[in-house]
Amino acid sequence: MDIAAIAKELNLEIRSARDRLENIVTGGYTGDLLSDVMANSHAGDIWITRQVHQNIVAIATLKEHAGIILVNSCEPAKDTLERAKQENVPILVSRLGAFELTGKIYNLLAKDK
Amino acid sequence: MCAAENILEKHSFDIEGGNFSNAGTVSTKIKSILKQKNLPDDVVRRSAIVCYEAEINIVSYAKKGVISLTIRPNSVQIEADDEGPGIPNIELAMQQGYSTANQQIREMGFGAGMGLHNIKTYSDIFDISSEVDKGTFLKMTIHTQPAKD
Repeated sequence: MDIAAIAKELNLEIRSARDRLENIVTGGYTGDLLSDVMANSHAGDIWITRQVHQNIVAIATLKEHAGIILVNSCEPAKDTLERAKQENVPILVSRLGAFELTGKIYNLLAKDK
Repeated sequence: MCAAENILEKHSFDIEGGNFSNAGTVSTKIKSILKQKNLPDDVVRRSAIVCYEAEINIVSYAKKGVISLTIRPNSVQIEADDEGPGIPNIELAMQQGYSTANQQIREMGFGAGMGLHNIKTYSDIFDISSEVDKGTFLKMTIHTQPAKD
């Protein structure tokens, strides 16, 4: 399943890297502690967080995440967006909280397998 | 007692303490160098993790530091050498969950007390030395080929 399909299914708003929405999502990780995400997430994951500062782009790039979804309608900071455009990392925004969004994406990915 | 003649490549990068907007750029550069060498994915992944944690530690606590990457036929070595406050109690600092990070650092999602622990977990060999009011030196080695019995 790609990011575009998840975005459509869950009414996510796209904030960066529209040309990378075909990135395939193979799993997901939810967390706001950056060392935890760094250690335990995988390449191809969609990262669900409420951190909005630009270091999230560095992590997503290093870990080769499919993209980042910000929860609770949190918007990326201006320099985060700039960095995401430079690095071509998709950032999306959801109105849902982390728990609900994670559950929905988990189910979508499980159904897709 | 490293065999200097075995060094295939060496790179050094300066890191500025307190500059969170650039945090992660050195790790990204090092990762792309390692990827170009066609090293196993696991080696690149672990190197990126230990490098990132070392970089964040310098940005979070030190005045400045240098991260260097040395590639040898059988290993990748990452050293982080900083000028900073040093670590008074290394044993305590190594404990998962222990952190001296201030509120600002924690709000950004750093300072969870996982950094040194992650570095130790993902390195094959990890050395740390520190002097209070001088700085901290980390040396992480990751084997690129399985160790022979």
